[in-house]
Amino acid sequence: MKSKVIAVPYIVWAGIFIIVPSLFVAYFAFTDSSGSFTLSNVARIGEYTHVFVRSILYAAVATLFCLLFGYILAYIMSRLSERAKSVSLVLLMLPMWINLVLRTQAFQNILMDNGMLNKMLALLRLPESHILGTPAAVVLGLIYNYLPFMVLPLFTALEKLDISVIEAAQDLGASGFNVFRRVILPLSMPGVYSGIIMVFIPCLSTFVISEKLGGGKVYLVGNIINDMFNQNYNFNVGAAVSLVMMLIMIVTLVVFSFLDDETKEGIL
Amino acid sequence: MKKALSRAYMALIFLFLYAPILLLVFFSFNSSNSNVVFDGFSLRWYRELFHDSEIIGALFNTLVIALLASVISTIIGTAAAIGLQNYKKWRQKAIMNVTYIPVLNPDIITGISLLLLFVAVKIPGGFLTVLLSHITFDIPYVILAVKPRLRHVDPHLYEAAQDLGAPPLSAFFKAVFPQLVPGIMSAFLMALTLSIDDFVVTFFVRGNSFSTLSTVIYSITKRKIPLSINALCALMMLCVLALLIAVNLFDKGKTKNKEAER
Repeated sequence: MKSKVIAVPYIVWAGIFIIVPSLFVAYFAFTDSSGSFTLSNVARIGEYTHVFVRSILYAAVATLFCLLFGYILAYIMSRLSERAKSVSLVLLMLPMWINLVLRTQAFQNILMDNGMLNKMLALLRLPESHILGTPAAVVLGLIYNYLPFMVLPLFTALEKLDISVIEAAQDLGASGFNVFRRVILPLSMPGVYSGIIMVFIPCLSTFVISEKLGGGKVYLVGNIINDMFNQNYNFNVGAAVSLVMMLIMIVTLVVFSFLDDETKEGIL
Repeated sequence: MKKALSRAYMALIFLFLYAPILLLVFFSFNSSNSNVVFDGFSLRWYRELFHDSEIIGALFNTLVIALLASVISTIIGTAAAIGLQNYKKWRQKAIMNVTYIPVLNPDIITGISLLLLFVAVKIPGGFLTVLLSHITFDIPYVILAVKPRLRHVDPHLYEAAQDLGAPPLSAFFKAVFPQLVPGIMSAFLMALTLSIDDFVVTFFVRGNSFSTLSTVIYSITKRKIPLSINALCALMMLCVLALLIAVNLFDKGKTKNKEAER
């Protein structure tokens, strides 16, 4: 119990497999294939500005929709009976345990021109959709894959909410909308922030979803990194792109954990 | 009215989440090779699945990697969580910040940074690199699962056991360890599922010849879409469902026992 030594294997492990690889990303980003210092990889990022903008935009749109639909679902779930709560939680988590590639493949089958979506549309006598291979399909795929990751933290935050606080607000004459805006929403903000982080970061870095649902026409930052490491074998440019992605991620984390602290202080 | 509306909303969202997977499962019983036209019931794809040496080999690799990685990471991670308590506060904080890196990093970044390490020290991609990578992303979750449990352990228990004549090691294993078991078990299960589920990190560090289930599914679905993949998906869902129900029942059993104790 008092021994420090038993933590040493992990500290050594973290040094070799967490810190050193992170340094290697920076090292490769600032060197050429012969290993001498260069800024040309970082300079090439400029060519990809539009891909970064597109990735951030799609991830943001998907996150927003997840937040909107997820919030309503989480709220409904938090008001269920204990038994219904645990059943719906299991139902929510089951798809999360299915492999990302399989889930995306399943979603692709639905969107295909002769897939279930068009059969349903035909049944309702609506025009056919050719959504596969468009940005809309990719964003829809992002929402499909990451919605449960948004609902879980929201549910946790909303479930903790004391019902008597809501009743107090109602007793004092607040309208339904005001109860939500002044009481429920502020108290659930920690769940909102962690939900955003849980969805935005994987959406930003995906390459499987854009590849499968974008039909090779929707190119995101994850696809650049994948191509650089698995096709072009240009590790240096790949590392430079990854470095920028890490920066975006760190900014996101700092902003949202800062906002989170603010709300907590506001409540206390 | 309000209740009906929220029921309908829940149903719609769950339909959105489940329709693709359930259709995949449904077509696994298709007698022809189509994901969209059902030609009659057959178990043909389940037979083909068990005769597909590529998939069975990958399944074997997945299980071996997941078991080894979760056992090793549970041992290293639990030891780390216990040992770290005895470090100065700022050192603990620094080490925990490093521990959060693989948790917060997108998988693709974890994957390429480990790949760059292996390339730099010239370890060819394969079983070893995949195992090392899985242990690396598993350990932080183990530490994060065990650490909170330690806070509830009374430090005097260990001293009391020693006062009563137990040597340090058996004092730890008899007095402290049993209280950590639930935390260690959930850490182990977490590591196991993370490993089985991982695609991105494995994809980058695996090299040319070593594959796990997820990378095989990825490369197969790139070429063609055989329905044996659907059959595989159906079987995996069945396992997960059984596991979730088992965990739920186990939890219920525990709370009932607790109530009985009271």
